Amino acid sequence: MNSDKLLDAKGLACPMPVVKTKKEVDQLESGQVLEIHATDKGSESDMVAWAKTSGHELLAQEQDGETFKFWIRKA
Amino acid sequence: MTTEVDKNQKLTMIVFDGDLDKAMASFIIATGAAAMGKQVTMFFTFWGLNVLRKDESANVKKPFLEKMFERMMPRGPKKLGLSNMNMAGMGPKVMKKMMKEKNVSSLDELIEMAQDLDVKMVACTMSMDVMGLTQEELIDDLDYAGVASYLSEADEANTNLFI
Repeated sequence: MNSDKLLDAKGLACPMPVVKTKKEVDQLESGQVLEIHATDKGSESDMVAWAKTSGHELLAQEQDGETFKFWIRKA
Repeated sequence: MTTEVDKNQKLTMIVFDGDLDKAMASFIIATGAAAMGKQVTMFFTFWGLNVLRKDESANVKKPFLEKMFERMMPRGPKKLGLSNMNMAGMGPKVMKKMMKEKNVSSLDELIEMAQDLDVKMVACTMSMDVMGLTQEELIDDLDYAGVASYLSEADEANTNLFI
């Protein structure tokens, strides 16, 4: 999937993946897509919850070995 | 007339205890909520004020009992003990080592992150008075207030925690 920016949050523990995601999304224009890579096991459900509450769209998520990947479109 | 505040967009928290683990939990929730777009206000009262203390003494002149309190209470995030398994200060050392290995942010980093995300931190002036802590001894950029301010903010929030 195409993305406008990649956030490498691998190795970071809670709450840093969501905090970094917020900061990156703030920099984007509406409609742009941020791709996030994280290894924190909680991030699998945390990114879903983050997108839901903050109103951005989670386009897709997948797991690649130990890495969780997410694509979020800025509202 | 009441002011329009979206309740889903606000979280308030009372940080009562001055333990490393409880302070960590408080700041993880605060930064997480701020990252989700919530307006966050943390009220620090009683032992929780120790989380906000500067590392070094401000050499403030104060009565004997207050000076004793100042000396005996932990001075800032680096000196806090654990609520469980403190083991005379060994517990926090082990915990910090384990946190570092797991790449978990330190309490100092979490506080900095909270400030960066515009989390509002309020020190309770009544407990500052009781415990003899002055503004000079606490970190910068704090608000100072009492119970009415807390209740008024809690009234605007849909999540309110006591830690």
